[in-house]
Amino acid sequence: MTDDWREQVPRIENLARNLGLEWSPVIFEAVPDSFMTEIAVYGLPVRMPHWSFGARYIYQLVQRHMGHSRLFEVVFPGNPGHAYLASSNGLADNILVTAHVLGHADFSKNNLLFRRCQEQGSEHIVEHAASHARQIERNIETYGQEAVERVLDAALSLEQYIDLDQALRRERYPEYATPPKSPVDDAFRTRFAALDPGVSAAPASRKIRAPIPPHPERDLLWFIATYAPEMESWERDIFLAVREESFYFYPVYATQIMNEGWASYWHARLLREADFIPETAYVDAIKCHSDVVRPIAAGEKSSLAVNPYHLGFTLWEEIVKRWGLEAARQIRREDDDFSFLRNHLTPELAAEMGLFRYQRQQSGQVKVVGGEIEAIREGLLCDKYNFGAPRVSVAEVGSDGTLVLQHDAKLDGRGLDVERTRKVLQYVKSVWRRPVLLKTHDTASQPVEVSADSAAAA
Amino acid sequence: MLPEHGATMNTDSTAPERPAISGWYELFSRGARDWLRHSEKIRAAVREHLPQIVAGSNIINDGARTVHVPVRMLEHYRFRLRDDGEQTGVGQGKAKPGDVLGKGNAEGGAGEKGSGGRERGGTDLLLEFKVDEIIDWLWEDLKLPNLQPRSGPSEELEWKREGWDRRGARSRLDRRRSLRESVKRRALDPTSPAFTDEDLRYRQLTRRHQPGVRAAVFFLIDVSASMAERDRQLAKTFFFWVAAGLRREYHALDIVFVAHTTEAWEFSEGDFFKVTGSGGTVASVGFAKVREIMQERFNPASCNVYLFYASDGDNAGDDREAARAELDAIAKLARYSGYAEVSPATGRSAASDTFQLFQDLAATGVPSGRFTIKGSDDIAAAVRHFFTAEAQVAETLAGAAP
Repeated sequence: MTDDWREQVPRIENLARNLGLEWSPVIFEAVPDSFMTEIAVYGLPVRMPHWSFGARYIYQLVQRHMGHSRLFEVVFPGNPGHAYLASSNGLADNILVTAHVLGHADFSKNNLLFRRCQEQGSEHIVEHAASHARQIERNIETYGQEAVERVLDAALSLEQYIDLDQALRRERYPEYATPPKSPVDDAFRTRFAALDPGVSAAPASRKIRAPIPPHPERDLLWFIATYAPEMESWERDIFLAVREESFYFYPVYATQIMNEGWASYWHARLLREADFIPETAYVDAIKCHSDVVRPIAAGEKSSLAVNPYHLGFTLWEEIVKRWGLEAARQIRREDDDFSFLRNHLTPELAAEMGLFRYQRQQSGQVKVVGGEIEAIREGLLCDKYNFGAPRVSVAEVGSDGTLVLQHDAKLDGRGLDVERTRKVLQYVKSVWRRPVLLKTHDTASQPVEVSADSAAAA
Repeated sequence: MLPEHGATMNTDSTAPERPAISGWYELFSRGARDWLRHSEKIRAAVREHLPQIVAGSNIINDGARTVHVPVRMLEHYRFRLRDDGEQTGVGQGKAKPGDVLGKGNAEGGAGEKGSGGRERGGTDLLLEFKVDEIIDWLWEDLKLPNLQPRSGPSEELEWKREGWDRRGARSRLDRRRSLRESVKRRALDPTSPAFTDEDLRYRQLTRRHQPGVRAAVFFLIDVSASMAERDRQLAKTFFFWVAAGLRREYHALDIVFVAHTTEAWEFSEGDFFKVTGSGGTVASVGFAKVREIMQERFNPASCNVYLFYASDGDNAGDDREAARAELDAIAKLARYSGYAEVSPATGRSAASDTFQLFQDLAATGVPSGRFTIKGSDDIAAAVRHFFTAEAQVAETLAGAAP
């Protein structure tokens, strides 16, 4: 069976190339289901150890045992890319999965967000993550489980706090502020200054130390690793390792709908146009495809979640039909999920798909509410903003070293969960080693400060 | 966060795949390793909630050797927006505005992913703890206060390990030692065989005289009508953990179980934990019984005697002086007298008669202590209070000061 499947790979690749897909070479590997589960939980084939992954792992194992879901394939972009296939896949599954993987590989090679993050990081995230894991295991040997875990608790809880607009290897802030230009730069002042050079030269040469941070800083991982007053260098390295992995995770996260849709579009199309696939395998593969892009579980009338495979697939079909393949390729290059849905989820499509907005009351009752297309788009996207995390940034560092964080409650619509915030601040405090506090809004939308040690004080 | 490009579906087609490729993946499971670490952390966290475990167990009644504790999976905290009660989302299917969908539909369709990772803090696990394990935690660093070696007939002979010999019983072969000898010998002559009879070392045992630390502990419980079922249960749970801990800590230890109402009886351990009673409370009768047994069977000169009394403190009014006299007589002979008062959860406004009695006792400088058990969460604290050496010293000093 396996050999059958491997024989098909070059044929599928040929067909994909003829249809205009471009990708970096992909290494296919068949792995046991248990390893597939781990990849899904850790997000990378070999990643740093942490107890929170253990909890998720068990949860996933239970889910799989109950037959809820099965992973067929996980692919990691890179040069070469790595595709892991479940060794329990049948021939038909593997043909479908190979085509699907090529779709992903084309996407990650061409999508600008992916390209930017790969240029920042590298095309070898799989290898880098494994080396981080090894380094952290060495740290555990040297400094002990507890000490390393404390750092990982903090770093992983801030996993989403990076700034994509900054370089991965980011420089410290300039130490001195650029001297302010004189407010009015007219001929008179210039002439006046020229009268007596001593007068105007003196203030200009005075250097002003720039505040840290000079602006609200959302790259928390970098900021803490760089400016924590008493952090050990190995602790800083752990923060930076987590940050590098987040640079990899961001495009995966921010293009999920597009990426899955694109891969599904291409596996469907490649299957359709392939004349070399045995008939039985073809029928099985098409069945498999329709399961993947099925909007609603069999036997249900409606679902309270939208299957991203289905959503992405439907949008791409429509785009190709209406604007042609070249336009689709351009969209695949330039968009992410936000622009993708806003530009291409039309009211007609939403109606055709039967998308609706609902409200879950405190009683647990779910009520369908009407909504304009904007509301539906925002409903699909709202959890994805800012890497799916509340907007928290560094406001200032106090003269006693206090780290002051601020939460943008106005933009997020409401304040933070105080108890969880305090726990996170406790994690952070153990590496910052000075007081840590955070400003957010309470239930009455009044400013409130949460500190690592005490109950909230207004 | 999960870059799962997988999908849900059911296939039963499985194919044996090249085991040569996937071989090493089976060797080591990162997920299982991190799960073990998670379990370790949970156990540590549970340990901090020892009082609840100690209290929550029906251990006295059913004699189980394990206790089941429901725990939640640990949550790795992240910043999260406050839950504002209402939740909106986007769904798909046949539904029009105004429709009410069932509650149980929350599982969603095939592709529910994304934020799911942050919602699952609530999974419950049932952890099993061995009673012995709990005793280990509870009694870490605890010991009988003021325990003193008392010379006399109760001196013990004990087998102790001491030294090594080249001959001995197989069961006492010291493999580490033997290997060391072998390494030494081979360092001199690398060609010689790995092990010879000359290398073997056996541990030796000798009999040693140990100064006797005999101790007798009296558990006295008030089972009069004023002690409600809850109060009795609290007192017995307290005694249960004390007895279990003492047994583990000291091998030569006698525990005497006495219960009283207006009369007093000695019980076997099994009956003691089942005893109920009715009628009034005359503490002096209980103390007298303790003193009687003490004089009969345990000579305070050669034996460390301890008294622990549990009551709700409502002694009969006309018994005050008699009780004081009896208690003073015991306390003078005992190494320590402790009083655990079971009180309503709200506490009492004034000290009860019996509490006053022990307070006065402490004021005379006799080593003694008092602790109020207001609810099951206080039991572990009570055990700690009575058996922490430091607390005893402080208590004794405080008693001696005025």
